[in-house]
Amino acid sequence: MNMKELKFKQKSRLWEFLGEKFIAVNAFVALIAIILIFIFIFKEAVPIFTDPEIREEVTLGKMVFKQEFYEGRDAKWSWQPNSEVPKYSLFALFIGTLKAAIIAMLFAIPLGIGAAIYSSEFAGKRMREIIKPVIELLAGIPSVVLGFFALIVLATFLQNLFGLTFRLNALNAGIALGIAIIPIIFTVAEDAMTSVPRSLREAATALGANQWQVSLTVVLPAALPGLSAGVVLGFGRAIGETMIVLLASGNAAIISANFVDSVRTFSATIAAELAEVVFGSGHYSVLFFIGSLLFVFTFIINFSGDMLLTRIKSRFQGKMN
Amino acid sequence: MQAYNNSADEIIKKSSIDETDKEMYRSAYKMTIENLDFWYGNNKVLHDVSLNIEENKVTALIGPSGCGKSTFLRTLNRMNDTIPGTRINGIIKLDDINIYTGIKDVSQIRTRVGMVFQKSNPFPKSIYDNVAYGLKVNGIKDKNLIAELVEESLIQAALWDEVKDNLDHSAYMLSGGQQQRLCIARALAIRPEVILMDEPASALDPISTSKIEDLIGILKKKYTIIIVTHNMQQAARVSDYTAFFFQGDLVEFGATKEIFTRPQKKKTEDYITGRFG
Ligand SMILES: Nc1ncnc2c1ncn2[C@@H]1O[C@H](COP(=O)(O)OP(=O)(O)O)[C@@H](O)[C@H]1O
Ligand SMILES: [Mg+2]
Repeated sequence: MNMKELKFKQKSRLWEFLGEKFIAVNAFVALIAIILIFIFIFKEAVPIFTDPEIREEVTLGKMVFKQEFYEGRDAKWSWQPNSEVPKYSLFALFIGTLKAAIIAMLFAIPLGIGAAIYSSEFAGKRMREIIKPVIELLAGIPSVVLGFFALIVLATFLQNLFGLTFRLNALNAGIALGIAIIPIIFTVAEDAMTSVPRSLREAATALGANQWQVSLTVVLPAALPGLSAGVVLGFGRAIGETMIVLLASGNAAIISANFVDSVRTFSATIAAELAEVVFGSGHYSVLFFIGSLLFVFTFIINFSGDMLLTRIKSRFQGKMN
Repeated sequence: MQAYNNSADEIIKKSSIDETDKEMYRSAYKMTIENLDFWYGNNKVLHDVSLNIEENKVTALIGPSGCGKSTFLRTLNRMNDTIPGTRINGIIKLDDINIYTGIKDVSQIRTRVGMVFQKSNPFPKSIYDNVAYGLKVNGIKDKNLIAELVEESLIQAALWDEVKDNLDHSAYMLSGGQQQRLCIARALAIRPEVILMDEPASALDPISTSKIEDLIGILKKKYTIIIVTHNMQQAARVSDYTAFFFQGDLVEFGATKEIFTRPQKKKTEDYITGRFG
């Protein structure tokens, strides 16, 4: 038999090389941008540590520990950067941020995880095709709209429901924040649960487990890193989210364990004060210091969220055969 | 909940039944299948299959890929119930119970008819928890009994010596062959009467495969085994009876020796001599 000679086209090494470099540069640019942004923000905060004039007004210690602002009065934490005696206790803002975030998580975790369990384990195919896009649509609502809704509608509703003194408070902001992070938790958690291999569900079913038992004793534990990732990423968003808390929290830096007091968060503080602050002043530096804190904090949170997601992927791909 | 307690009691009871008791309960056939038809949606994949499964014997299901071996196997513990759009017609009995109409809760069947899958599928849990899983979901809480049954099952699955010091390690630390034996131990733990195996060694190396085959020879003393295999030599080696399926029909069924030396049908002969499939 006479074989026809096959002529294969030579692949161009040059294009391959250029393509590879182009992609590498893109990845590199993103990394550089992140680093540059951090350097810029942190640079503006540096005078707190170096400038003697600013250190008269504010130091790390003054931001963290209780201060005796007026002679003879009790030492306390207080955020009043524009007062005669500027007060820069970040602790008050920290508590506010934490309170709003905790309420948001308490609200969003059960709903987000619950919806994810329902969608992945119990909903029929058609039902799932409705639930998923609807919840993911929530993620597309601009946060200013959610904030506005909380400011006008939710606040009044909660005030009437619980007979509250302040309309705008941690509870109100927390719930609105919760609505914003439900889609994050839902999406990540649902993904994790549906990625649990069918073979594991079958193994449990064949051992006599019913659907509830399969979900609770096999799927949920196997998807746990994914559920945690959803919660962690949701928490990151709750800490960093600005517009909702700015509108809905009342913005009073009150330190209390009461969840219906107004709160002031880190993010809302920057948004509210940066526009009017005197360039280069102590207050200015403190706001940038807060920005750096938020940056580092959310970076760590998102990073650990991603780590958890990698873990769940390797869990089912690694030694699964 | 009632159903689970029942099966839990059964497991406890069974674990203390000795061989002579079991002899008394023996009926002619462990499972009988009469005129079984099966559909995925509108696609009919099993046609009028009738077959009797003898107790404490190994029955092999052979046939070319896609002929319905797995589908047939999965009707025997009602695993196909979990696939939407499937339909079944005919009668399948375990002893004298119709497994589709004669029970309140499907887990009553699945605790009596265990299953080992083609790809080993241990849970992402410890070795111990893998084996104990079936006991726990069926309502057994007695820690000592669980520990006893876990050990016994691992011994029966010929895995005990390899894992006894590492029971708390993840099941994923084991090799492929060990994982499959773990899955066998997991199925044995709830003391089923019948074990269904769907090409249990097809993903394993020759040494692990022969370990599984040896194991089947030992297990049939206590259990009734039905095994799907596309490996003719394996069917010849491990089984007492062989059923040859082709395009959803049961073409021929009989003693393995007969099927492999004097097949009655041309199709069977062609298949086992490797002319197709
Ligand atoms: N889950 C399913 N849904 C629809 N069709 C299926 C499904 N599983 C198997 N089938 C079809 O049923 C037929 C028998 O398949 P199967 O029982 O897996 O054969 P075997 O195990 O002998 O290879 C095949 O035609 C296959 O395409
Ligand atoms: Mg098959």
